[in-house]
Amino acid sequence: MPNPTRIEIDCSTGIESIIELTDAEVAELTYQAELAAEKKAEEDAKAASDATAKAALLVKLGITADEAKLLLA
Amino acid sequence: MANTYELISSVSVGILGQTSIAFTSIPSTYTDLSLSFSLRGSQIGGGRDQLNIALNGSSSNFSGTAVYGEDGGTGSGAYTTRIAYFCGDGNTANTFGSGNLYIPNYAGSGYKSISTNSVTENNSSATYDLWMYSTLWSNTAAITSITLTPNNGPNFMQYSSAYLYGVKNA
Repeated sequence: MPNPTRIEIDCSTGIESIIELTDAEVAELTYQAELAAEKKAEEDAKAASDATAKAALLVKLGITADEAKLLLA
Repeated sequence: MANTYELISSVSVGILGQTSIAFTSIPSTYTDLSLSFSLRGSQIGGGRDQLNIALNGSSSNFSGTAVYGEDGGTGSGAYTTRIAYFCGDGNTANTFGSGNLYIPNYAGSGYKSISTNSVTENNSSATYDLWMYSTLWSNTAAITSITLTPNNGPNFMQYSSAYLYGVKNA
């Protein structure tokens, strides 16, 4: 299976080239994608945790989310 | 104030997708550069993606700030090579992120400033991005190439496009 490609346009000639990535470039691309996926998973987990904590606090206070917004307005 | 606009080169991504888009051998005969883009990335899980820039093949010595509206909230932050947001494959089908970056005096001998605005067309009131970036490339070389890369990618999808314009002030 060929490696992914990138596109390059030479503005002096107008020639468009499709260039296959080297194995090293593919490895770097994979590494960066893994880093991004890990970061996204961390952000999602934090958002879920915050939402749970927020819901628990509202229950504890005995008010709705709309009422909390009203208090903070 | 610029009064001429001339298309230097353009590109449209084909069915296989591309991991980056590069304009090379940019002539130094204009005053400013303007690059318009419409992009969709192959990232599935996270929805939208971020756009990174490299100039003359370098992703070093970039600094910048951005203000944004995102998913009902607003904010600001400091960034380096990130210059825009665009739709990923987790967003509404067939929507793209659009934007424009402007580089004044790109062939001069001073540091290069870049202003970028972008918006994700996601057909959603709950998931969207509006971003404005100001970026400084602390390098005195004339800009001869611009490379755009998705942060998560790995690909720009089919029908993604970019148009590079040269702008003259006379």
